[in-house]
Amino acid sequence: MTPPPSDNPPILEVRHLRKSFADRTVLADVDFDVPTGAVVSILGRSGTGKSVLLKCIIGLLETDGGHVLYKGESLKLPEVRSRLRQSSSYVFQQNALFDSATVFENVLLPLRARGKGTREEWEVKVRKVLARLELEESSERYPAELSGGMQKRLAVARALVTEPELVFFDEPTAGLDPLRRNAVFSMVCELQRERGFTAILVTHDVQEALVVSSRILWLDAGRVRFNGEAASFEASQEPELREFRDNIEALRATLQKSRSSHSPTL
Amino acid sequence: MFAERVGHLALQQLDAAGRWALFGTRAIRHVGAGGALGARLARAIFELGVRCVPVIVIVSAFAGLVLGLQGHYVLSRFGASGMLGTLVSLSLCRELGPVLAALMIAGQAGTALAAELGIQRSTEQIDAIELLDVCPEGFLAGARMLSSLFVFPALTSLFVIVGIAGGWLSGCVLMPQDPDAYWSAVHSAIKGRDVFECLLKAGVFGLLTTALCAYQGFYAHRSGEVGARAVGVATVRGIVLSSIAILVADYLITAILL
Repeated sequence: MTPPPSDNPPILEVRHLRKSFADRTVLADVDFDVPTGAVVSILGRSGTGKSVLLKCIIGLLETDGGHVLYKGESLKLPEVRSRLRQSSSYVFQQNALFDSATVFENVLLPLRARGKGTREEWEVKVRKVLARLELEESSERYPAELSGGMQKRLAVARALVTEPELVFFDEPTAGLDPLRRNAVFSMVCELQRERGFTAILVTHDVQEALVVSSRILWLDAGRVRFNGEAASFEASQEPELREFRDNIEALRATLQKSRSSHSPTL
Repeated sequence: MFAERVGHLALQQLDAAGRWALFGTRAIRHVGAGGALGARLARAIFELGVRCVPVIVIVSAFAGLVLGLQGHYVLSRFGASGMLGTLVSLSLCRELGPVLAALMIAGQAGTALAAELGIQRSTEQIDAIELLDVCPEGFLAGARMLSSLFVFPALTSLFVIVGIAGGWLSGCVLMPQDPDAYWSAVHSAIKGRDVFECLLKAGVFGLLTTALCAYQGFYAHRSGEVGARAVGVATVRGIVLSSIAILVADYLITAILL
């Protein structure tokens, strides 16, 4: 499908990206743009290379071919890669919180690493973001002492404290129950509107992706099978896309039925 | 076929040695990465140094006690029991002190370092640090390597002092040696170059041990195993390679300085 035109210039351009592990091709020829200020959700079945794609973009995995441009410059250049890392954040699927540091220190580290400003300014920013994500009272606790939802919020707090212009979310709701999942999605949505960052979101959840995203990217068999606005994705009658949506919806319905009666808070 | 295998293995070892050298260089060069170097150095000195004091004191005391007993037994057979202080002090200062202290610290702090970094690798914490545009080698291993240059010589000095006291206890208190002759022999035996050799060895062993253990933990995911097993393999490799490196470096330094 042809993506709809976008007024905003692309912050990221992914061109013919390829990645294989041994003899298994995960990304065959991935090509897409991320317009500045957009929320792009990457959807696809498990094992289609969604997380691999994010890691290839940010440079945690070496690609076998193709390239990624950040504001028109190749990320193969170390200084461009460094600029991207300075102005972006990454929320890991398993959070990747620093387990020997407190909640406060976890959020402080990105500010200290960038080295801009004074210690007092950093502390003000940390307290502000912790308050915004309702983690203020847990600031002296360690990640292992937090619930799954709180850990996820901490990961988001750590990602947003530097006020990045681009945020990568790798399955931010993985392992959370439906209520917590909704809460995390609404929080991401709200924060994106508030701060206006560009977001790339890897998720399985079609419904939430449709609510949160301005654009949808559907990966299948290592290729981009759909790249366009969320409304077009929803309306698309392409047989494979419909099958994917129906399968996800069926799974969602099953999950809703088996949802326990208790209502945990995030 | 056999030659091919040997060649492949040799290339693998060379590759690993090169990576290790690069790792160590990056760790030292970017030691300030991520800020708070003072706090990281203080923490490293505590973990490598302070926590190892009890084991160093116990092992050195018993090493000295055994040296005192054995020395008394052997030297008195040759009518040279007045040389006990010389034997104990020189053995501890030139060889036993640096080697045993390094092995003890490697066993306690080195394994902890390899396991900690291995877990940080398997839980993507190292990737998270890298994405902050911070050199993870410098941030995680740099301060530890630098602090080892201070901690190992300090703990080795403690080892030698306690060991000499142990030799006095077994030779002069439990056995009928003359304490004045013992301390006089200790005083006259140890020269400046013996102390230099002792401290040089300790510093080299410290750098080797921390760099090897940190490297094994940092690259735990390349061990051929995954998850907890990879951490286990990294920890075992860290201590085994450190022990071998300590003994090989000990021989080389001794051969060069003698």
